[in-house]
Amino acid sequence: MSYWEDEDPLVASTIPDVERLKRAWRNEKAAPEIFQFQAELVQRAREQVQLQEDNITVMQAEGTDDLTLSLYQMDLDRTLFLLRSYLRTRLHKIEKYMIHISKTELWDRLSEHEQGFVKRCTDAFEDHLEQSVLSHLPYGYQSILKQSISSEEDDMVPEPKLDAFVFCRSKGTIGAFQLDETGEEIVDLVEDDLYVLRYKSIKALVETGQIDLV
Amino acid sequence: MAGQTDPDLSIFSSAEVEFLAENEVVEIVPNMRMEKLEMISGDFGPFLPQIVTKVPLWLAVALKKRGKCMIRLPEWMTVERLTKVLEAERESPREFQPLPFHYVEISRLLFDHARDDIPDIYMVRNLVEDIRDVRFHKVETGLETISGRTHAVKLKNLSAMEVNIVRPFVMRALQAFYKHDSPEMIPQPDVNGSKRQQVANHGPRRDLRPR
Repeated sequence: MSYWEDEDPLVASTIPDVERLKRAWRNEKAAPEIFQFQAELVQRAREQVQLQEDNITVMQAEGTDDLTLSLYQMDLDRTLFLLRSYLRTRLHKIEKYMIHISKTELWDRLSEHEQGFVKRCTDAFEDHLEQSVLSHLPYGYQSILKQSISSEEDDMVPEPKLDAFVFCRSKGTIGAFQLDETGEEIVDLVEDDLYVLRYKSIKALVETGQIDLV
Repeated sequence: MAGQTDPDLSIFSSAEVEFLAENEVVEIVPNMRMEKLEMISGDFGPFLPQIVTKVPLWLAVALKKRGKCMIRLPEWMTVERLTKVLEAERESPREFQPLPFHYVEISRLLFDHARDDIPDIYMVRNLVEDIRDVRFHKVETGLETISGRTHAVKLKNLSAMEVNIVRPFVMRALQAFYKHDSPEMIPQPDVNGSKRQQVANHGPRRDLRPR
């Protein structure tokens, strides 16, 4: 959970959870790879949704006017949309990169439920490929991970493209920032300015919350 | 689900961008009484007749639709301010004027739902459209400068909807240039090849907005 740890705890605690969720959702949608699952945040958002649903039921029983009720309902629906879309965006990525995720440290970024999903999904996917294609292929070409037996690496596993370009906005002035290892590509990151950069080079800044993807 | 986008390009649909814009705060003048709303997205109100209060745009529009308030025009949306912005946009062919990040969506929502709260609505609408056109033209001209040497593009003051429109093109174009320019893609390091490689690596950063 490294998202907000760089921030002043006093300031951080005043950021409403909906804002945090919105940010997690945006970043998740815009980044090529999967981020750490925001377990505590999702838990809190779920509790708030539950609480608000209960409140609405109570208000209905008390005969609160329709207008007020409908406004509360809208607020609830908006939060639910964010929450669902966040989880769904993750599932899309998980489905796409399930084998890669289960082989790398990305595995630890998933929630328990998501890990269960990867296992079931991978099994189903392997069974399906096995039955429909792989079992009909000649010996040496039957691996789900490799093109042929002569491949040294698993070259049939889709991986997220970390050098994809992303749109991002710096939250504070970071100053001269090195984009590559050699130090020849330097960009001056100024607060609130928009940039299109390779995801790989700013990955660390996104993870510490210094830069937002848009 | 409606409103979900093609995750491969990681674009936000216009509905999703509008969703984000609806969280922007506006001022309303209610014409009814209503107690404070304690919502997940924050506390709003109490609402008293003729007393200005701040709410997110979605809440303002919901109240407006039911005839419960008037929405105050944001300052940047007055004819005077927009005229200045348009002039400045036309005068500086490479720079974008500062406008709210969600100016397209906010103005659109207000045109659709709060027509009677906007003085000189036709002028305001025309001005916003002209500004959009001028800015978009600049974006298009700027895109022509993208080349193999582009490893970073700076887009100062570009708005959310404008980003959303150019995103697929810019992402693919940069990606393609990057891919074909990377040293591994240049097979034999003969004299010409290594020269090209050098150019690729040492090229200056190209901004959409040259400094």
